[in-house]
Amino acid sequence: MERSPPQSPGPGKAGDAPNRRSGHVRGARVLSPPGRRARLSSPGPSRSSEAREELRSRLLGLIERSRVVIFSKSYCPHSTRVKELFSSLGVECNVLELDQVDDGARVQEVLSEITNQKTVPNIFVNKVHVGGCDQTFQAYQSGLLQKLLQEDSAYDYDLIIIGGGSGGLSCAKEAAILGKKVMVLDFVVPSPQGTSWGLGGTCVNVGCIPKKLMHQAALLGQALCDSRKFGWEYNQQVRHNWETMTKAIQNHISSLNWGYRLSLREKAVAYVNSYGEFVEHHKIKATNKKGQETYYTAAQFVIATGERPRYLGIQGDKEYCITSDDLFSLPYCPGKTLVVGASYVALECAGFLAGFGLDVTVMVRSILLRGFDQEMAEKVGSYMEQHGVKFLRKFIPVMVQQLEKGSPGKLKVLAKSTEGTETIEGVYNTVLLAIGRDSCTRKIGLEKIGVKINEKSGKIPVNDVEQTNVPYVYAVGDILEDKPELTPVAIQSGKLLARRLFGASLEKCDYINVPTTVFTPLEYGCCGLSEEKAIEVYKKENLEIYHTLFWPLEWTVAGRENNTCYAKIICNKFDRDRVIGFHILGPNAGEVTQGFAAAMKCGLTKQLLDDTIGIHPTCGEVFTTLEITKSSGLDITQKGCG
Amino acid sequence: MAAMAVALRGLGGRFRWRTQAVVGGVRGAARAAQLGRKVAVVDYVEPSPQGTRWGLGGTCVNVGCIPKKLMHQAALLGGLIQDAPNYGWEVAQPVPHDWRKMAEAVQNHVKSLNWGHRVQLQDRKVKYFNIKASFVDEHTVCGVAKGGKEILLSADHIIIATGGRPRYPTHIEGALEYGITSDDIFWLKESPGKTWHPTDVALECAGFLTGIGLDTTIMMRSIPLRGFDQQMSSMVIEHMASHGTRFLRGCAPSRVRRLPVGQLQVTWEDRTTGKEDTGTFDTVLWAIGRVPDTRSLNLEKAGVDTSPDTQKILVDSREATSVPHIYAVGDVVEGRPELTPTAIMAGRLLVQRLFGGSSDLMDYDNVPTTVFTPLEYGCVGLSEEEAVARHGQEHVEVYHAHYKPLEFTVAGRDASQCYVKMVCLREPPQLVLGLHFLGPNAGEVTQGFALGIKCGASYAQVMRTVGIHPTCSEEVVKLRISKRSGLDPTVTGC
Repeated sequence: MERSPPQSPGPGKAGDAPNRRSGHVRGARVLSPPGRRARLSSPGPSRSSEAREELRSRLLGLIERSRVVIFSKSYCPHSTRVKELFSSLGVECNVLELDQVDDGARVQEVLSEITNQKTVPNIFVNKVHVGGCDQTFQAYQSGLLQKLLQEDSAYDYDLIIIGGGSGGLSCAKEAAILGKKVMVLDFVVPSPQGTSWGLGGTCVNVGCIPKKLMHQAALLGQALCDSRKFGWEYNQQVRHNWETMTKAIQNHISSLNWGYRLSLREKAVAYVNSYGEFVEHHKIKATNKKGQETYYTAAQFVIATGERPRYLGIQGDKEYCITSDDLFSLPYCPGKTLVVGASYVALECAGFLAGFGLDVTVMVRSILLRGFDQEMAEKVGSYMEQHGVKFLRKFIPVMVQQLEKGSPGKLKVLAKSTEGTETIEGVYNTVLLAIGRDSCTRKIGLEKIGVKINEKSGKIPVNDVEQTNVPYVYAVGDILEDKPELTPVAIQSGKLLARRLFGASLEKCDYINVPTTVFTPLEYGCCGLSEEKAIEVYKKENLEIYHTLFWPLEWTVAGRENNTCYAKIICNKFDRDRVIGFHILGPNAGEVTQGFAAAMKCGLTKQLLDDTIGIHPTCGEVFTTLEITKSSGLDITQKGCG
Repeated sequence: MAAMAVALRGLGGRFRWRTQAVVGGVRGAARAAQLGRKVAVVDYVEPSPQGTRWGLGGTCVNVGCIPKKLMHQAALLGGLIQDAPNYGWEVAQPVPHDWRKMAEAVQNHVKSLNWGHRVQLQDRKVKYFNIKASFVDEHTVCGVAKGGKEILLSADHIIIATGGRPRYPTHIEGALEYGITSDDIFWLKESPGKTWHPTDVALECAGFLTGIGLDTTIMMRSIPLRGFDQQMSSMVIEHMASHGTRFLRGCAPSRVRRLPVGQLQVTWEDRTTGKEDTGTFDTVLWAIGRVPDTRSLNLEKAGVDTSPDTQKILVDSREATSVPHIYAVGDVVEGRPELTPTAIMAGRLLVQRLFGGSSDLMDYDNVPTTVFTPLEYGCVGLSEEEAVARHGQEHVEVYHAHYKPLEFTVAGRDASQCYVKMVCLREPPQLVLGLHFLGPNAGEVTQGFALGIKCGASYAQVMRTVGIHPTCSEEVVKLRISKRSGLDPTVTGC
């Protein structure tokens, strides 16, 4: 095997070992933890040059066949540190205690010839001479050691990824492109209502994709209303057919599922439709639908299991309620619907259901869109309210009862006030829970290999290279602690992770200024800080906030309301009015926000906004003519037009 | 707009007024007034040869961007109506379109904008004269009001912002009598019916006319969208052709006649075969360019120089003409992009320099724009040809992708022409020189990236930007395939 590590730390490169190998090294294999006395050289002729040559061959053989060899002395504290390091990495080592073998001194001499290093510990990883204790720790810190360890072929795979969603698949494909042997395990545990889906994870199956398509269907309903004002003539009351839409959307999703399988096959990634669970270090158990178990090993692992919707834990919730896992493939129109929660999932679903003409109520415990700018969140909510969505605020459900079976059936919901003792009752066809999501990290054997999770949230803490506390185990996607739960983030971090692990890249995923858009009936796009967060970080007096209401040109003739769409930027006065928060509420907010996010990456300032020419007539151009500051208190309502 | 803004000082004429200031265009005038100056705006719309006229606000508001984008929207809605059944809406197809209803709605909106502009001028105490004015000397303009009263206005500073008007091919028999232009199309009370556009530039009108269901033919002498990236332009045409607009390329019209039944018969020559051909249409719309509205201004009396070729006014980087206190902004100026926001900003900056103590000059580089053809085309910065011309093929890297908007999938729409390309310098960090985007909402997509390019964005920085999923604009931050690599730029998966 030819190997030429560019950063080979020691002069004693062992790459030419195979040609010289001749004999065996007997009795040398000592498993970590060490302690057993071993004898390296065979008895017989000694002190001859022949014997010396034989010893040399044996040492090289040992190095050749071992993943890690540590030439150590049992009393040496440096040696102990190195052994502990490998043990913490969960890596098995061959340890040779030179003070406990008969010919330790001669071994050390020969080693010094091979490596030009006279001292112990003396460490080889996958035939590469790493050096002594300091060099080993340096290599560990720079990531080189991990790279050397990956070269191991003792495992079935270089990389096993648990979870075939956005993050897992992007990591798998990139690792495969870099020539690694990769396996993806993906298994969808059916929802309590029995819904299950194909490869691709939440985004494709029960997230962004069907959500945006249903949102589009609702926008088309609005467009149909508008179109009459623009001269299109039809008289009949236009009705919406849930089944037609859902079937079309599910067809599209199936084609995406198929596309993912195909692209994994093309890149020679092994895809296994089984549930993955760690059983010991470097080893997982894969259980398929039929309950058959298979075991696989890998040098490295990526956990990308994502999240699933949370249930309330009240009587009747799992039996009768649905979640976003079920909604997009629901075979019947949900009818009168209660949406529980105020997350973006809740508001988006409530928004498009109302757009189809359904009677929709949203039950909110406290605030809307937690974590988002609250001024924007309230505007999102009030637009929905003006467009027929009912809000029940400061209530939580306590019981769900089935009144009638059917498609849909009838459910009675009992809810109580979060502030007093008041209770209310309502009858709905469908109750959709969207109160948050839980990480799928508690049933994948992480405790078996000691991967730490946040016990409360179930999230996995990682360092800035997505590495867990167990060095060969990484994590990407929604299960990361304190990271945005967004598809493009997962894709980016998965891809960059693979490049760092197997390519020459050092590029880390940048989680700053990640833009996002909430596809509520009036879309809300943002990038950077919310007003609340900006005030917390920079203090109010150091900020200048520019804002305006605006009226999209297309809305004028359509007779839609003025003074509803809203744009706001938050600038840091003491950093040349740098834009630290960008918020827009209006049509096509996602399309508008993306470019501004790129500009924020390049240090966007208010001055640059002022200097840039608008594209006329668009919504995006409103940001090039922002003049009124919030602190001025001036009126931002648009009186005329233009 | 046929507006000339003057700030006045008393002269001998019948109308006396004194001021220190002047401005161009409605917004500039308002701005100057805000800065405490005495300002007047002189605006007069010469009726088109077909007799169309309109109110205050200039081309953009009356016969440009605004009515165009609204009619474009009407056509887009027609496309959405066709999509709707795929998304579960039970609309019986086909849905007919009523031109009159649309035109009335659009015109009402434009009229409300005219009114808004007048109110705005009033609020800011800008004097507005609806007269046709021309120079008497370098500080004085003169016009005749409706009643025949002559008005003399004099000012310290005068800004010419008279814009341009569509060009007629006067050498073609019948062109003036029977043809209309963009000055008329938005104000037609009745549907233009089967239309015929001899055009080099304005594909937008043909696009929305096709979109509302009219039989539309475009005649092109040479290349479309001159000055724009040619690959993108040809894709715009390709898309239109595949959506029902007819194209007659390499043909030149020779005459237009009215048939006894009222329709128009157009005769043209096919330049390649040399053969003559004829066709019958309801409407002929000329869109062969615009001429600046400078001839009636008596510029020579003030000593303002114009380009002998284009008749446009020559200015320096401060927008000053050959007469230092006379300025010009907007479409009437030689070598400027003919775009509303450019004119607005140039006017605003000029006024701030004149009266606000500013020294900021207008930056005409990297002006973003969008063509509202049925598939919109947004761009900022250099075209691929221009980048290669400036930097050499070897030093330019072009990243590109064919993508499919998510909404197109369920609607079963063809996305062959949905395409994005980013023109960069090849040398790291690969400065972005230009961005070209063909797809829905191109204007909205392009605006933010224009900022990025203004900030000096590199390819690497754009790639480090996280996408917004699922949008069309995220395709820009996912561009990985270079043209040089020869790899297939079709985006697959999500």
